[in-house]
Amino acid sequence: MTCCDLNTESVLAMSATSFSAEEIALVSHPLGDGLRQLDLSVPDVHCGACISTIERALSALPYVTKARVNLTSRRVTCIYRQEFDKQTTDPTGIILAINSAGYRAHLFTPIASENDTTRNQLLLAVGVSGFAATNIMLLSVSVWSGADAATRDMFHWISALIAAPALVYAGRFFFRSAWNALKHGRTNMDVPISLAVTLSYAVSLWETMHHGEHAWFDASVSLLFFLLIGRTLDHVMREKARAAINGLARLAPRGALLLMRDGSRHYIPIEDIAVGDEVAIAAGERIPVDGTILSGESDIDLSIVTGESSPVAVAGGSQVSSGAMNLTGSLVVRATKLAKNSLLAEIINLMEAAEGGRARYRRIADRAASLYSPAVHLLALVSFLAWGFFGGDWKHAMLVAVAVLIITCPCALGLAVPVVQVVAAGELFRKGVMVKDGSALERLAEVDTVAFDKTGTLTIGVPRLVATTALDDRFIAKAKGLAVHSRHPLSQALARSGGPAPTPFDRVSEIPGGGLQACRAGETYRLGNAAFADPTAASPSDDSPFSEVVLSRNDEVQARFLFEDTLRPGAREAVDELNLRGYETVIVSGDRQSVVDSTALVLGLDKALGALGPQQKVEECQRLSANGHRVLMVGDGINDAPALAAAHVSMAPATASDIGRQAADLVFFNERLEAVPQAIAVAKQAAKLIRQNFALAIGYNVLAVPIAIAGYATPLIAAVAMSTSSIIVVTNALRLNTLGMHQRRERTMTTTREVNAA
Amino acid sequence: MNMLIYLIPIALLMGAMGLLAFLWSLKSGQYEDLQGAAWRVLADDENEPTP
Repeated sequence: MTCCDLNTESVLAMSATSFSAEEIALVSHPLGDGLRQLDLSVPDVHCGACISTIERALSALPYVTKARVNLTSRRVTCIYRQEFDKQTTDPTGIILAINSAGYRAHLFTPIASENDTTRNQLLLAVGVSGFAATNIMLLSVSVWSGADAATRDMFHWISALIAAPALVYAGRFFFRSAWNALKHGRTNMDVPISLAVTLSYAVSLWETMHHGEHAWFDASVSLLFFLLIGRTLDHVMREKARAAINGLARLAPRGALLLMRDGSRHYIPIEDIAVGDEVAIAAGERIPVDGTILSGESDIDLSIVTGESSPVAVAGGSQVSSGAMNLTGSLVVRATKLAKNSLLAEIINLMEAAEGGRARYRRIADRAASLYSPAVHLLALVSFLAWGFFGGDWKHAMLVAVAVLIITCPCALGLAVPVVQVVAAGELFRKGVMVKDGSALERLAEVDTVAFDKTGTLTIGVPRLVATTALDDRFIAKAKGLAVHSRHPLSQALARSGGPAPTPFDRVSEIPGGGLQACRAGETYRLGNAAFADPTAASPSDDSPFSEVVLSRNDEVQARFLFEDTLRPGAREAVDELNLRGYETVIVSGDRQSVVDSTALVLGLDKALGALGPQQKVEECQRLSANGHRVLMVGDGINDAPALAAAHVSMAPATASDIGRQAADLVFFNERLEAVPQAIAVAKQAAKLIRQNFALAIGYNVLAVPIAIAGYATPLIAAVAMSTSSIIVVTNALRLNTLGMHQRRERTMTTTREVNAA
Repeated sequence: MNMLIYLIPIALLMGAMGLLAFLWSLKSGQYEDLQGAAWRVLADDENEPTP
């Protein structure tokens, strides 16, 4: 019925992480009167039908008093009663209701800095300066059209009264930023802006007091108005991206089941786990803190932690690190570190040490300002002195100098960059790529080398059956029959694969770290790794790029299945396109070298580096940038986060670990890896438009400055010149949009042609 | 000239009313979910009491 009818069953299957009532209670917050508010992120809502479906489903629950979907930030705010009919409410029903309506729901902790006070302040300032600008402009128009001296003076006074509070209120963003820059001995675009605005106000006021003919109140206020629009758009774009990224599922567990000495179990937040505490971890949960296994056997998936693609068997005494997924058996882990000292904390330290491209990078606008503002200020000073010494009239010299400052005030220059970046970010947003801030786009345009992580980035961490050797089809059917009983990724891949229908088995036992075992007609079948299925065999060598699963009957091998990691859709096209455009492509992975080599060979990447730790990935990025390369790092895991921070610019898929998403500059939401070349292309286009806009803005100055120096810049000329240059710059930026449309049209045309040809 | 004495306050008052309306809309959260608001217009209101 709508654009986004999702299959309920598939969604339920996807949401492998179900939340317990205790966990939900941890993230919801009380509102008083026995009400609690729960904020959920629902990444799949797209349209009006989604809104009403979810709101209807939630309102149907008796204990929910209010449910509201926010489509912009893809969130649901749900207010429910703690107690209903004298019973404690079970809030898991809320998530279940959303799931059965066909949507995924994630818990998330709202981050304090995320609130919209800055955005509201900016919007308020836009409103106030807009009010002042329109009223003053109205009065100015009547002055320009020839009001008599008394009326003119009165209009000037009214303008001055309106402008003063507006400048203080709306200009404070610029004044503060300019003051900060000057305090640190730097200069940015806000310095000439603040100077021009305050000086023009002061001179106009002085003129008004002396019944002068020209006042620039309209110029100074409408300048602020235009610039605030640019700044607000920039802020809204970043907020939107941040909200979308923060709303994704958190991979780190929020709490854990603590085993008390008296045998009881308590659910506590992970911050409260002390060293030496014993924590129970069920199959399908993530490990909350670094620790040692006390009892239990299982396989754990380290793909997000180390990049290793095949699960690792663990037993009592093994060390486990936080973030790993427990796959097959229950474990009891004794914490050896506090949550804040766990692997994640070490990674954060590495990230801070590695903080590279981002910290050193200076925004284009600031670089332009460092050349522009001294030049402009010098020009104003020179014209002041020249008019003073040669003309002899110091008052007129002062007016000319101020006129030069107003005319050269970087209105167009201040809009030139943010408008292009907002349009480019909007274009990428439609393609499913979130840009965290404008500087990321500038840095992305400079890239010449692309480094990929393997597991989770080039591949999606889901194994795929590539080869089968079996004596008989019946054994394949038996293997599949066994495999359906396990949540081990290799078993699930086997069960999903095509071929004969699975033979049913009644009693299947899973031996963690080994595989599955069952008896049928007096014969013992085993499915698992080679050592488990066939104890007599020699230990296999580890350099094969494939993972192997073996089926045996009474210790005799009957079938072998080889798996490899599934490539991310579009990976080949993305790498081809990057190679075609002359980018150097590298894999930096934590997986085994043989696996990495085979992936690089399949995809055609230039270089493959395997078995790298987080620190070595950083070193590789630093080595590349020391050789003069600008590196784009694309990665997802916890182990990639330092490299993501060290690279010139970085990208992560939406499925990445929390820390990976935090570290990356861009996050792409669609499955396909083509987002990478697309983002680079848009960034390059944006960089080109920014250069054009600078040229336009400077060209305008070259025309207007001589008029100002000659002393002919009346307020009317200033107002007309400033508005036209701003409009030209904004129009030029909007061309990026039409460009995207052209590309889309071309793509549809090629696909239609292909369809016709076929 | 005389009419300016009341025309200008009227103009300013109208501008101020516009500004106040904007402040009210900001405060009542109308800019929180711009996309959602566009869709909600089309949805049928279900909580409406049936006559």
